[in-house]
Amino acid sequence: MNEVKKYPIYGVMAEFETSSDLITATHQAFDKGYRVMDAYTPFPIEEVSETIGFHRHHNKVPLITLIGGLCGLVGGYTLATFAASIWFPLNIAGRPFVAWPMFIPVTFECTILLAGLSCAIGMLVMNGLPQPYHPVFNVPGFNLATNNRFFLCIEARDPMYDEDAVMGLFRSVNAREVTRVDG
Amino acid sequence: MSNYETDAAVLDAPSPPMVNRFGEWLIIAPGHTFDSITEKISNVVLQMGTPRWWFGALLIGMAFAVGLFFALTVLVFKGIGIWGNNEPVGWAWDITNFVWWIGIGHAGTLISAILLLLKQEWRTTISRFSETMTIFAVMCAGLFPIFHTGRPWVAYWLFPLPNTMGVWPQFKSPLVWDVFAVSTYFTLSVVFWYIGLIPDLSTMRDRAKSSVVKKIYGTFAMGWRGSTRHWSRYETTCLLLAGLCTPLVVSVHSVVSMDFAVGIVPGWHTTIFPPYFVAGAVYSGFAMVLTLVLPARKLFHLEDFITMRHIESMAKVMLATGLIVGYAYVFEPFFGLVYSGNRYEKFLILNRAFGPYAPFYWTLILCNVITPQFLWWRKIRNNIVLLFIISIVVNIGMWLERFVIIAVSLHRDFLSSSWGAFRPTIFDILTFAGTLGLFLTLMLLFVRAVPTIPMFELKTSLPQAHRVGHPEEGTFEEEVAS
Repeated sequence: MNEVKKYPIYGVMAEFETSSDLITATHQAFDKGYRVMDAYTPFPIEEVSETIGFHRHHNKVPLITLIGGLCGLVGGYTLATFAASIWFPLNIAGRPFVAWPMFIPVTFECTILLAGLSCAIGMLVMNGLPQPYHPVFNVPGFNLATNNRFFLCIEARDPMYDEDAVMGLFRSVNAREVTRVDG
Repeated sequence: MSNYETDAAVLDAPSPPMVNRFGEWLIIAPGHTFDSITEKISNVVLQMGTPRWWFGALLIGMAFAVGLFFALTVLVFKGIGIWGNNEPVGWAWDITNFVWWIGIGHAGTLISAILLLLKQEWRTTISRFSETMTIFAVMCAGLFPIFHTGRPWVAYWLFPLPNTMGVWPQFKSPLVWDVFAVSTYFTLSVVFWYIGLIPDLSTMRDRAKSSVVKKIYGTFAMGWRGSTRHWSRYETTCLLLAGLCTPLVVSVHSVVSMDFAVGIVPGWHTTIFPPYFVAGAVYSGFAMVLTLVLPARKLFHLEDFITMRHIESMAKVMLATGLIVGYAYVFEPFFGLVYSGNRYEKFLILNRAFGPYAPFYWTLILCNVITPQFLWWRKIRNNIVLLFIISIVVNIGMWLERFVIIAVSLHRDFLSSSWGAFRPTIFDILTFAGTLGLFLTLMLLFVRAVPTIPMFELKTSLPQAHRVGHPEEGTFEEEVAS
């Protein structure tokens, strides 16, 4: 929240009609040296995330999923083993208490459950959702970002940020609208 | 590029051919834009108003659901003696219905997870519909074992919770595995469904006129704004969830089949059960998707998005899984009569085909093995009415299959002094019909509340979603012309 106070202006937003216009603009902005920017699109466009500098190794969701899955794996197996051998041992015709093959289904389901839950929750947390308010919602016409328009915002936090220069850049790359975003 | 705007003239013009230059059905009708997709799909919820038939269907669904409520209330007071279950038929309609409903759910996960990993683009439009079907089907399925315990208020004893009695579930029992499998399946199906819904809920938020509706969709959309970083993590999440759900869905019906296969009852104790059950589940699930999608497509005018391509593909999957099921039907008697060398197994097979329940067995063969053979003909695969009938016949056949497996195996015990028979009571019928009503009610509420087709995913299959002028992609005009 400090960031918002420090920069009362969030950035400059450009609206594009086509995804290729957006991709071109993103390339140009990155080449000019802008780094703190984000694009808003109605559907995922892989090329854009690469051009704004969000690489695969920034994405921690797979790691979170793996950790969740391992917890489920260990937890599920431990649960079955403890219940069957220590907490409530049942001697049925002298069969072993810890019969590990019989614990695999439960271990498997626990692994999948915790991996899946941590994957979904991890994605939401890393994305900072739920977040009902965000400055970009102030941009007129931003409701089309979930329909058919493509937006690119260079944020005021960018060290190179200069409002007029950014606006000029956007106007030169076929932007339909260029708006200042209030924080 | 005027094509990016909704061009009413284009959409209202006589429909262009729905096939490409190779004569294959298109996944989406030509001429659509991002905006027209949003408009057409979100308007079913936001603009169209509630059609009269919807209220009629809801009334029917709710009437049956009230029957379910009544039957279950009586059960809670009187116990499961009100059902036709007896000794030796301790599992009857309840478990039949449980397996049937769980099986139906499997198509949803197959479409949303396995076909996603296989990059089958046609799955997109029908994925939300079938995922929703999965959730509601598993809800209906869950009612049966819970109420079959006779004491649903202590159903939490199924879970490994520390308690003053010091008792824990028996982790070597497939019934406990089933609790874990089904509850994991339900949880992850809901999670997958909701995660897939978030971007579309944000579209609904941005399109809704009324501020109350906006707030409701906005709350569930969690402030999704389509940020590229979000999309990147989002896509990874969808892929990972699909990867996790793929073995999960196979495990669920395998575990369900082990409820039977681990026991020594003749007709249950076979190693063929897990793959046979999974194939049967997918088979019945696709039949149910067709049963639901064919009318919905017509009633909500979604022919542009649910094209003959989807319908034909589903028919093909049904044919393929039907053949696997047929293969199992051939091998079951082989195991029983020839391979096992066990007199009880031999008797079971003969009793199944010629005993008191023989009509059910032969109807099941007719429904599940003979009927899908019609799907070899392209003309039949493209005939909506015939497909609808076949899908219902397959659903009936798959229900009969579970009934034959359960009741026929149980009603002749090892000792002839313990032989019995099963006859459903009115409460059996009310409960089963009631879950059908509950399912119908929930599906009807679903189609009025959320977009039935994933809009954002469908948009990625438009040619405009790819870079225009890219040397490897055709331009939009070329795609339309083709």
